[in-house]
Amino acid sequence: MSTGAFLFYLFAAVAILASLGMVLNIRNTVASAMSLVVAMISLGAIYVLLEAYLVAAIQIMVYAGAIVVLFLFVVMLLNLRSDVFPVARSRLPKIFGIVLSGWGLFVFLRLLRGTLPAVSPAPEGYGGFRELGKALFTRYVLPFEATSFLLLAAIVGAVILAKRRID
Amino acid sequence: MLVPLEHVIALSAVIFGIGVIGAVTRRNVIVILMSIELMLNAVNLALVGFARAWANPGGQVFVLMVITVAAAEVAVGLGIVISLFRNRDSVDVEEVSLLKW
Repeated sequence: MSTGAFLFYLFAAVAILASLGMVLNIRNTVASAMSLVVAMISLGAIYVLLEAYLVAAIQIMVYAGAIVVLFLFVVMLLNLRSDVFPVARSRLPKIFGIVLSGWGLFVFLRLLRGTLPAVSPAPEGYGGFRELGKALFTRYVLPFEATSFLLLAAIVGAVILAKRRID
Repeated sequence: MLVPLEHVIALSAVIFGIGVIGAVTRRNVIVILMSIELMLNAVNLALVGFARAWANPGGQVFVLMVITVAAAEVAVGLGIVISLFRNRDSVDVEEVSLLKW
């Protein structure tokens, strides 16, 4: 096994453990957010191994930086106590949903083997700033510009929601 | 490519499943939003893997779009959470039944 493959499996294990830690930690919301940071940084390392360098940098900056800081800010602003969530009232639909999605995942992983096409070699400069920027501003310029409307709508919505009371 | 594409997609599917479990079972709204972020991250991983397999930057461009959508979603979602907390004094999803009949 090459060093790169070893690093991929190492970061994959770290990402899965950190995601499980985030979901299963029912005591402390801040610890959940920290586990989310670990999962996102491991995924960023996997992006580097898949030669998506710009996406890896943005993953670290936007996800592990901005988004998780926003979560931590809200958790600390609301000052949540850890023991305010008693056992859920109706458990049966949730357990049914977990079993069903676990079975779906199992079938998906079984069917995955040997169905994907062959991998082509990456050209020079793949995943760097130059190639991605060129693609973003020539072929994909319309979705890129549409994103600005989305951000504008999100800003207006967030300000109005946080300002007024609903009732 | 360092590892087979199947392994990348399998990792993505497993992380997506963990996100689904979190979104379905937890009662804290903030943790549910975090689980949704985890699912979006799993989708990003699949997109990056396919982009690398076909050596096509289009997948990476759409990862940037997904990251933008996630940031917008978190801003609006946390605005709703703050507004909810002001009105109900709780972030428990089982106490929020405004749209239930």
